[in-house]
Amino acid sequence: MYPEEYYYSKDHEWIKVENGEGTVGITDFAQKQLGDVVYVETPKKGTQLAFHQSLGVIESVKAVSDVYAPVSGEVVAVNEKLEESPELVNEDPHGKGWIIRIKLKDKSELDKLMSVSDYEKFTQSQEE
Amino acid sequence: MIREPLIFEISGKGKQAFSLPPLDVPQKKNLLSDVPLRRNIEGFPQVSEVEVVRHFTRLSKTNYCVDEGFYPLGSCTMKYNPKINEKVASRPEFGGTHPFSPSPLVQGNLEILKRTEELLAEITGMEAISLQPSAGAHGELLGMMLIRARQEDKGDPRKIVLIPDSAHGTNPSSAHVCGYKVHEIKSNEDGKVDLEDLSQNMNEDVAGLMITNPNTLGIFESDIKKICEIVHSKGGYVYMDGANMNALLGICKPGDMNVDIIHLNLHKTFSTPHGGGGPGSGPLGVTQELEPYLPSPVIQRKGRKLFWDFDRPQSIGKIRSFYGNFLVVIKALAYILILGHDGLKAVSEGAVLNSNFVRKNLEDIYEVKYKTPTLHECVFSDKYQKDRGVSNIDIAKRLLDYSVHSPTVSFPLVVHGALMTEPTETESRRDLDAFIQAMRKIDQEAKENSDLLKQAPHIPYVRRLDETRAARKPVLRWKKESQET
Repeated sequence: MYPEEYYYSKDHEWIKVENGEGTVGITDFAQKQLGDVVYVETPKKGTQLAFHQSLGVIESVKAVSDVYAPVSGEVVAVNEKLEESPELVNEDPHGKGWIIRIKLKDKSELDKLMSVSDYEKFTQSQEE
Repeated sequence: MIREPLIFEISGKGKQAFSLPPLDVPQKKNLLSDVPLRRNIEGFPQVSEVEVVRHFTRLSKTNYCVDEGFYPLGSCTMKYNPKINEKVASRPEFGGTHPFSPSPLVQGNLEILKRTEELLAEITGMEAISLQPSAGAHGELLGMMLIRARQEDKGDPRKIVLIPDSAHGTNPSSAHVCGYKVHEIKSNEDGKVDLEDLSQNMNEDVAGLMITNPNTLGIFESDIKKICEIVHSKGGYVYMDGANMNALLGICKPGDMNVDIIHLNLHKTFSTPHGGGGPGSGPLGVTQELEPYLPSPVIQRKGRKLFWDFDRPQSIGKIRSFYGNFLVVIKALAYILILGHDGLKAVSEGAVLNSNFVRKNLEDIYEVKYKTPTLHECVFSDKYQKDRGVSNIDIAKRLLDYSVHSPTVSFPLVVHGALMTEPTETESRRDLDAFIQAMRKIDQEAKENSDLLKQAPHIPYVRRLDETRAARKPVLRWKKESQET
């Protein structure tokens, strides 16, 4: 269920990299844990994010959680649809529910993230 | 059941709840003619007296309160509040005092405030108390402001506040409002602050630590002295969120744990009504080092006289109009004086005993994630029920059908599907048994008929609310057009 070509973080963000730019969202596991998302606070375009810096906040009926930048870089696009339709994060977390697009500063940071098989193992250990 | 209409929907043109006799003196001119007055409010409900009275009486009957039944809303300490406190506080001599009265005329009131400060200082083991904060989070904010003032005075301003993941949710917010960055400290497998994580993150950029003790898992931070040592060694201050003092009264003092600042919630621990927005009171206790920074004025004794001392050059200034919520302070003082030292100790022992009675009778069917002993509250989870598709929300909603208020759900976040349960000391064995029985029955229902839970509650006036829709598409006020839709 988790896309093969994505990288995954321990905080349950995913990043899909194309042409030096990465699209970032939260995983299906994360959206299930959060429950119905009611608000997504996104950063402004042009924001410089450090590795693991909080890029925004997701508010669900249960909790308010930070979303962390899986890599460092500049925010080049923000999913503006989330303002009107935060439910996209629940309905299509790995697609239409993307949060930001980031211009990667240092590609080697991707090595710190997990592959899909490692992430699946990681989520299983989290559920226990 | 028939839905109670909104008062706007009862409205009928020309109806009114008052009748004034005609003006029988000559009116020379309209004294308020050059004051911008609102003559009409569009859409303001027009109703008769009987309609107003019946509308609000019917609504009041749908309410649930501590005077009616068991209220184990974890972290909120919804204990029963003795009516004598209300009686004392509602004396007209208190309510009728003007806050600008010169202090020689209100020595009795000042004595109440000073006496309460002294007793709270004794209970907490702190050097000085400020009664100004309006409620707990206001006390937290004041605490952060004091740390900032002190460190800036020392020429050592700092940026970060450390907060464990088992702290009260208001802590990060208070630090943030005071301009600090918040860094989270992890809990260890015992549900306590991870000392290693704390040591690694404590440095010269860190203003201090905000710690809730006992924490939101109901677990006493037994390493508190070590924790204070780690923070102090790098020049930081320790703020203790004392909202859970109901577990510690007369048993141990935060001052002896070496914390620098603590707030209390008079409206929890010291038994004054709360919920529904107040009024509360969140006194702050501090060490000698921080005392000069307390909000001004402070009450001082001079011989047998009491006076307001405004000559406080290091004070951060006022944080609230006048001197705090005076009537709440009176109720707390009555409570403390009636109980005395032994009585207060019995309060905490009773709170811890009741909580553990509930835990022991339920932990076989509701998971308790951390095995560490707990004090005045404990956090169950829905882990054993989840396989049957039943969540903590369903359990909480079903409890309403058993005429019990639900525990706090989904907090603290370190426990998935949390049901944070705090019975308090005022509950009888009979009420505790009824709660335990209801929880056991609900577990049974989860096995046999989970739909019953998923559609709960069935009995209260309002059925399951759509929380998601309420958050995504909130209707914040009545509008005329919404009548038609």
